[in-house]
Amino acid sequence: MSTGLSARTSLRRRFVNGFMLSLTWIAAVLATLPLLFVLFYLLEKGVTSLNWAFFTHLPHPPSMPGGGAANAIVGTLVIVAGASVLGVPVGIGAGIYLAERKGAPLAVFVRFLADVLNGLPSIVMGIFAWELVVVPMGHFSALAGALALGAMMIPTVTRTTEEMVRVVPSPLREAALALGYTQWRTSLRIVLPTALAGILTGVLVALARIAGETAPLLFTAFGNDFWSLSMNQPIAALPLQIFNYAISPYDDWHAQAWAGALVLIALVLVISLLARAATRSGFARASE
Amino acid sequence: MPVSDANALLGAGDTALASPAPRMEVRGLDAFFGKVHAVKDVSMAIPEHRVTAIIGPSGCGKSTFLRTLNRMHETIPTAYIRGTVHLDGEDIYAPGVDAVSVRRHVGMVFQRPTAFPTMSIRGNVAAGLGVLRAVGERFDVEERVEEALRRAALWDEVKDRLDASALGLSGGQQQRLCIARALAMEPGVLLLDEPTASLDPISTEKVEALVHQLRDGVTVVIVTHNMEQAARVSDQTAFFLHGEMVELSPTSDLFTRPRDSRTEAYITGRFG
Repeated sequence: MSTGLSARTSLRRRFVNGFMLSLTWIAAVLATLPLLFVLFYLLEKGVTSLNWAFFTHLPHPPSMPGGGAANAIVGTLVIVAGASVLGVPVGIGAGIYLAERKGAPLAVFVRFLADVLNGLPSIVMGIFAWELVVVPMGHFSALAGALALGAMMIPTVTRTTEEMVRVVPSPLREAALALGYTQWRTSLRIVLPTALAGILTGVLVALARIAGETAPLLFTAFGNDFWSLSMNQPIAALPLQIFNYAISPYDDWHAQAWAGALVLIALVLVISLLARAATRSGFARASE
Repeated sequence: MPVSDANALLGAGDTALASPAPRMEVRGLDAFFGKVHAVKDVSMAIPEHRVTAIIGPSGCGKSTFLRTLNRMHETIPTAYIRGTVHLDGEDIYAPGVDAVSVRRHVGMVFQRPTAFPTMSIRGNVAAGLGVLRAVGERFDVEERVEEALRRAALWDEVKDRLDASALGLSGGQQQRLCIARALAMEPGVLLLDEPTASLDPISTEKVEALVHQLRDGVTVVIVTHNMEQAARVSDQTAFFLHGEMVELSPTSDLFTRPRDSRTEAYITGRFG
């Protein structure tokens, strides 16, 4: 009797178990489907219009077929580099402060602000840079775009730096202090190098996030159909180029927009892979 | 020469008579963590070229006391002290004395090895030397590193791989590396906070032998929960209980004829 009862229970349990497992499996597939669709669609549409000229030529006017987005690719790199120069030092510095003075009222306040900043719509960041740089200068510029994106990097870099600095074992800090290191020398020479791999990951994640941003650039970097490397002038950027081409009425430009989207997503993918590699090498070193 | 003459008069090697001048002198020291009174009214002379051991059960304030000797205590928020600690006649807690400079003269080694993971073996030993350079000392870094490693009895084991990561060393080697790192600063006093607590017996033996050799060049204070270790390495031993120093005696006396009944209870294993 008892064996019959237990057999029925285990049958029922196995059924529920299988059902639930399938549900989670379906959810997992659904979660990756959008990315896969985007990737396949981009590849299908983008590869055909991707050619050498796309990487080496300037955009052509709509009446002329061909042309490329060389200036937009370089422009994106310039803006992202500028954003890093502005955002990374501030983010790392703030992160060290938050980690070393975790309970201080200012730290609590800054942490809260960083979280708010992280959730801020990116177009608002554009308005901020417009107000701060474009209005006083009287014209759009790469600098304004870099400022908008740099400000967007700060919260991510700050919070990852804080987390990574916090996991540096405190006996290492004590050992440095006991050697006669000052607080800042301890942070700079001992804590920061130990946390470096993790911080690098945070920086790359932030980079991947801002590289594809369009809204903050609309009225800051603005876009440019010609070569420009000047921080003081409007500059082209891939997301802007995609946006402008996509809303245009020309088939030629639509094809260029697809190619641009493909290049942009490849760029973001490469940065993300670098971030993963950095994390892994960091873990390998820490667990050695 | 005059020194040895004096020793001859006193009876050479008789430490009881030729009791050396105190390197450090602690008077009426109280240490707090916020409202917690961790060390209560401790006074102690720490003689030069001697090993002073501090024993006692967990939570008796022995590590806290040790950390007041190089002002590491105050790196913990809300921690503070009352009383005085003199190093070579100078109060290290006097206003205007920089805690950071005190730590250059009073080195410290911790319970677990704290080799800096991003630095080579050489880099670890030289880690504090940049600080000395910054205050104007001039010396040959290579010489200092070799000398410190020799004093820490580690030179022969690492001389061929000075540029390798310090994390490749065994736990015992890492602990001796930390001792070398502290010695490279040429401190007058070396504080050891349960230096063998995380080591295997063989490594422990090496560190103990090392401590014994070191006292010729540096004054050592060692905190240990291991009474046999205190008996083996030290010249005088202090017994701490509930934040108070119950007894301070020459080591041989403390373990053979303790003056206080609480000391006797502890060393005979009746508590703690």
